[in-house]
Amino acid sequence: MASKKMPDGGLPVIARFEVRHRNYLAPDGSINRPLPAFASDADLLTALYRAMMLLRNFDRKAVALQRTGRLGTYAVSLGQEAVSVGIASAMRAEDVLLPSYRDNGALIWRGVRLEEILLFWGGDERGNRFSGPVEDFPFCVPVGSQAPHAAGVAYAFKLRKQPRVAVCMFGDGATSKGDVYEAMNFAGVHKLPVVFVATNNQWAISVPLRLQTGCETLAQKAIAAGFIGEQVDGSDVVAIRAAAEAAIAAAREGQGPRFIEAVTYRLGDHTTSDDALRYRSADEVQARWKEEPIARLRNYLVGNKMWSKAQEEQLAAECHERVEAAVERYLATEPRRPETMFDHLYADLPGVYAAQRRELEGEGDG
Amino acid sequence: MAEMTLVEAVNLALARAMEDDPDVVVLGEDVGINGGVFRATIGLQTRFGPERVLDTPLAELLISGLCVGMAAQGLKPIGEIQFMGFLYPCIDQLVNHASRIRNRTQGRLTCPMVLRTPHGAGIRAPEHHSESTEAMLAHIPGLRVVIPSSPERAYGLLLAAIRDPDPVVFLEPTRIYRAAKGEVEDNGQALPLDVAFVLRGGRDVTLISWGAMVKETMAAADALAADGIAAEVVDLATLKPYDEITVLGSVAKTGRCVIVHEATRTGGFGAEIAALIAERSLTSLLAPVARVTGYDTVIPMARLEQQFMPSVDRIVTAARQACQFS
Repeated sequence: MASKKMPDGGLPVIARFEVRHRNYLAPDGSINRPLPAFASDADLLTALYRAMMLLRNFDRKAVALQRTGRLGTYAVSLGQEAVSVGIASAMRAEDVLLPSYRDNGALIWRGVRLEEILLFWGGDERGNRFSGPVEDFPFCVPVGSQAPHAAGVAYAFKLRKQPRVAVCMFGDGATSKGDVYEAMNFAGVHKLPVVFVATNNQWAISVPLRLQTGCETLAQKAIAAGFIGEQVDGSDVVAIRAAAEAAIAAAREGQGPRFIEAVTYRLGDHTTSDDALRYRSADEVQARWKEEPIARLRNYLVGNKMWSKAQEEQLAAECHERVEAAVERYLATEPRRPETMFDHLYADLPGVYAAQRRELEGEGDG
Repeated sequence: MAEMTLVEAVNLALARAMEDDPDVVVLGEDVGINGGVFRATIGLQTRFGPERVLDTPLAELLISGLCVGMAAQGLKPIGEIQFMGFLYPCIDQLVNHASRIRNRTQGRLTCPMVLRTPHGAGIRAPEHHSESTEAMLAHIPGLRVVIPSSPERAYGLLLAAIRDPDPVVFLEPTRIYRAAKGEVEDNGQALPLDVAFVLRGGRDVTLISWGAMVKETMAAADALAADGIAAEVVDLATLKPYDEITVLGSVAKTGRCVIVHEATRTGGFGAEIAALIAERSLTSLLAPVARVTGYDTVIPMARLEQQFMPSVDRIVTAARQACQFS
């Protein structure tokens, strides 16, 4: 952009930087450039498709539960399913995920049960003692504050010479926080095995990207921290998976951190407590529906004879069954006994709190 | 046994912990070759290498957040914040993460970290270098807040803090970093956390304090003894969770209590102790509980800091008034 160039005044250029954009699938499922090697694996592509479909079905049910008073505030992934699913699909079990509150797709891919996610959003900490990898972090609610944890986790990997990678996910709003920059800066200094993923869905609740940053891309924020930032079409799960594979492999091989900006669009409200029509028009949202990731991959799969109508019908039934069974288990989970709120305060409860704990005993009986 | 200063005892405990446990990592600003601004980490980088004793970028939030991530991986990080006035960017990490990740994950992830920082005024330091906001930290559930008042307790309590499976903020009284000297045996023995130390027995009045202010409190007890008043001095040492039993036991015996802290009065930790005594030991009181504290002002810069802090005279006066109350 010409306006961003300083008048040269004969001064030499001492550094140049660039940001690349990655995309393979067009919204109609046609191909913009040769696909990466993994795309010849029909099982993998259909697994990605199934995971995105499951997530969309799960979200729909979660909102219904919230609307009927059986779940707390919930954040849907509508329109951005490709990001969390695609990123997680490129991770190994022994890697560590540090997700934000909208990364359900990544948790589910990594083995967290649907009822555990419902338990968390239903207001029960036991949802975070989940069946996913035991070292994965729980959903992070204070925006961007998990980024320094990711750097700390990656530092531990490096110190112990373990070939593992920390993957930290957050939204576009988080890139405005010092937490994220401080973590990226440190990761750059020590060439840590960490991948930062910014899901740029254009909106931080009601604040649009143009009020979040004056930068052309979020990916370029990595440049200031000394490593590569790549922009990816976040509604193209093939592009997400390819970018994640490359970044995670580089980090694992000791090449240091990477940053992925996944450009997508939040088709839903911020959470069930939000009404997005207050700050953006229905027309704007409608126009973005044509880019959404599930139809895009389906178009490709169907066009290449990798997916049939029968499979689609079967998948819909499977998703329904799986979600309903999870909801049943969630609703059947008894609340914790009140006094257990003391049980994980410290490794061993200091004696001074024993009386308060006793006060709660019996509270759950009435 | 060797005589050493409080800051040397901190250094000794750090070295001992790093020697004993390869998971212990020290991180902070200037903690490497420079040995920290107070030299608490001097020699550690040479001895244990730059991977375990690392100079971080100048970013306090990062230091505390790195500790959380490292600790979740089973390392035992010890972060240093150069002065308590620079601790505030860490509050988000302490409140939202360090102190509650065990509870949030129901024990799946834990946070065995220590965040060390110098505490208090009295060294004619620049603005923002004289904070004593320990009550703010003691309000956080799931955290431990510890403050030693002698080299021996600095050594033993720091070892305990490092070995503790939960996060500990370890406050180091700046004013007596070098002024306090004492015998310390490098025997690797930790002192108990959550336990107050009775430094001097007495039947007439209980004086409760912590950190550098223990020095003035002990001097006040000497002055009171000359008047025939036997003061019992309790060094609280751990503010969160604190030793209610020792406090209540001492007040039950003396019937009088003066709480001494450098921090501002309103909402200070003395208020918590006074409330405990009012709730649990009102009938043993022979006089109102008194507080001798810093004033409810911004801590003044060097020229007025002595007037801000409790003096021996103010403590003696409050104790005498308690003893004369009828």
